[in-house]
Amino acid sequence: MNRFLLPLSIFVVVVGFLGIGLTLNPREIPSPLIGKAAPEFSQPQLYEPEKTFSPADLKGKVWLLNFWASWCSGCKTEHPVLMELAKSGQVPIYGMDYKDQRDEAVGWLQRWGNPYPVVGVDEAGRVGINYGVYGVPETYVIDKQGMIRYKQIGPLDPDTVAKKILPLVQQLESQ
Amino acid sequence: MIPEIGHFALILALCVAVVQGSLPIYGAAVGNSALMAIAKPAARAQFLLVLIAFCSLGYAFAEKDFSVLYVAATSNSQLPLHYRLAAIWGAHEGSLLLWTFILTWWMFAVTLFSKHLPETMRSRILGVMGLVSVGFLLFMLTVSNPFERLIPAAVEGRDLNPLLQDPGMVVHPPMLYMGYVGFSVAFAFAIAALLGGNLDAAWARWSRPWTTVAWCFLTVGIAMGSGWAYYELGWGGWWFWDPVENASFMPWLAGTALVHSLAVTDKRGGFKVWTVLLAIMAFSLSLLGTFLVRSGVLTSVHAFATDPKRGTFILAFLAIVIGGSLALYAWRAPRVGLGGSFAMVSREGMLLANNVLLVAAMGSVLLGTLYPLFLDALDLGKISVGPPYFDSVFAPLMAPAIFLMGIGPLAQWKKAEVPDLLKRLKWAFGVSLVTALVLPFVMGKWTPLLSLGLLLALWVVTTAVVGLRERLSHSNGTGLSDRMAAVPRSYWGMLVAHCGIAVFIVGVTMVKGFETESDVRMNVGETATIGGYTFRFDGTEDVVGPNYTAARGTFHVSRDGRETTVLYPEKRRYTAQNQVMTEAAIDPGLLRDLYVSLGEPLDGGAWSVRLYHKPFVDWIWGGCFIMALGGVLAISDRRYRLAWRKEKEPKVAPVARPARCEVA
Repeated sequence: MNRFLLPLSIFVVVVGFLGIGLTLNPREIPSPLIGKAAPEFSQPQLYEPEKTFSPADLKGKVWLLNFWASWCSGCKTEHPVLMELAKSGQVPIYGMDYKDQRDEAVGWLQRWGNPYPVVGVDEAGRVGINYGVYGVPETYVIDKQGMIRYKQIGPLDPDTVAKKILPLVQQLESQ
Repeated sequence: MIPEIGHFALILALCVAVVQGSLPIYGAAVGNSALMAIAKPAARAQFLLVLIAFCSLGYAFAEKDFSVLYVAATSNSQLPLHYRLAAIWGAHEGSLLLWTFILTWWMFAVTLFSKHLPETMRSRILGVMGLVSVGFLLFMLTVSNPFERLIPAAVEGRDLNPLLQDPGMVVHPPMLYMGYVGFSVAFAFAIAALLGGNLDAAWARWSRPWTTVAWCFLTVGIAMGSGWAYYELGWGGWWFWDPVENASFMPWLAGTALVHSLAVTDKRGGFKVWTVLLAIMAFSLSLLGTFLVRSGVLTSVHAFATDPKRGTFILAFLAIVIGGSLALYAWRAPRVGLGGSFAMVSREGMLLANNVLLVAAMGSVLLGTLYPLFLDALDLGKISVGPPYFDSVFAPLMAPAIFLMGIGPLAQWKKAEVPDLLKRLKWAFGVSLVTALVLPFVMGKWTPLLSLGLLLALWVVTTAVVGLRERLSHSNGTGLSDRMAAVPRSYWGMLVAHCGIAVFIVGVTMVKGFETESDVRMNVGETATIGGYTFRFDGTEDVVGPNYTAARGTFHVSRDGRETTVLYPEKRRYTAQNQVMTEAAIDPGLLRDLYVSLGEPLDGGAWSVRLYHKPFVDWIWGGCFIMALGGVLAISDRRYRLAWRKEKEPKVAPVARPARCEVA
């Protein structure tokens, strides 16, 4: 090949990759936990601290685990979506109150509504570490065998729920 | 009203740029001097129009006009005036305006200093720069308009990112852009030469000072960015191999290679094709850097907001400008022919080897920067490439380059004798080697890298001394000062720039080898000792700034019982965006920096505190400034001043003054 064409050819390849790069989102980081068993925990419940909440209780069910906190603004953005989803009854959403004060969390749910049948308390953030939580809110879809199937980083929106979460839940239910 | 004037000025500038980018180039092709004559007034008009736009935006910031979207997004009524003005380049749209403004500034400079250029050459150069400007103006006017209105106006602005509220931020981007965009001149010279088909030594002589000036700005710009990261981010690091840093470093590497390659083309007529390619490369990498930073294809600490339309636009622009010039290169370069032949051991040979090493280093940085993107695009997973890769690839490429840097200036052009070089350099090598081996022991710790770093630094300095001695003994004059004055300033510039590298290497080596840091929990009154210095924490107090509130800690630093200094690190909360910033406190010194940054408040007035003792860290930036100073000396060389004087007084024959007055 003509050696004077070499710089141009290298450049064409680079531009090709840059073009593809534009369509990708570098901030989207896949969770290594997808396809793996959801880490076990046994945390006190928010409303009844003497009782515990554990993924083992939910074996055989498809469910969502939602990390949230009263101090988190993204959680308020997401809240109406969770309320709507809970009302539809298509999939249960279990909450994990992350690094929060108990009274403030209770007050927050009283004010904005409670979409969760059960809320666990992760005051020290240990559960969050095991799940690889970057920041709240984060939502995990967990299947009947207790495997993590999907992770949403940041607030859920109606579009994601309709296009990703619900089809996945239906597929997992039918298995 | 004023913002509309700015917007309108940009539209007019675009029209002028289109004319400037087409008619003069066509005129040069067909030999029509009337068309060629358009270039100069068009370039000046464009400069004026973009200046008007730039001032209009500055006015909107100064007057706190929050009905302009960009002003509302990047400033705040409580922001001090100098930061409001710096906020012009605090985000995407304004950065582009600054880019374009500096491009037209360089164009204007070309119109001032190009009287000695043939008309065809000048019109081609300005035409090419006009075309580049078309791209940027179009980009601003279509998808990144800094004058977009916000109706109804915001009551209060969102404020400038607190990270950017720093004196370094006021100066760093303009410096960096002066460098980036300055390479457009060398690029335009190269394209003009390719278009005209006359790649001779004259072309290299003309573009040399322009390239050196741009290189100086880029060197200082990168150093300031690094220094700013050092004291503003509170991590105590000075270079992170972050994609955005790499984006500025790659043009620097290519530009450094270009500066040296131009010297060969100028003096010996060699390397022509290679020099042209480097000129295209340096500017292409500047554009690529702009793309990487502005499109958000890579994650980086410089998290800029991204808009897919913008990415597509810059990519298309990149493809046209770089693809077009490389195609022109592939078409025209084969006809240029080779310069004079030379032996492998000769100054040309060494410069060529250095060039290859610099370009290889640039290529490895480019690969490391884009590798995550390549893998992601091929769906092979997400990875990030970090400092271990860059350190392990970069250092082995640079070490031989720096070794050659010592020999190159001493070798003869065309053919040098190895035994002769060995004889001249044996003392320099012996002294460097022994000192580099012994010195670390004296300082209390020996590692191979420590000795290697010191060896390279000493080698550069000792070979510079040998070179200077030989030069002085050959130059005319009776006394030492006469002889020194007879050495041309471009030679001094080379020596100074090379010694800047040595100073830089000493800084890096010593910091890597001897720095100590500690993360401690400190109660009020407690002390911690690091690097022989004792820090006593005397608690924090609340202070209020113009647009922030802060907890300010007091640290009394002492050594051997004697007080060295008092440091006041701060933890600031900027009210407009409720953002928390760490303001490290630094006691700088020639031989060491003491660095304290506050972590988090703990119970009972205690804080988590990070303490650093960094020996020789300021040599890193000092070295960069010395390099740039070398560049300045080189362009103040007599022959450029003569050329400049000729332009100022074209009728009067230049009177060469006695050389000794010039150095005084």
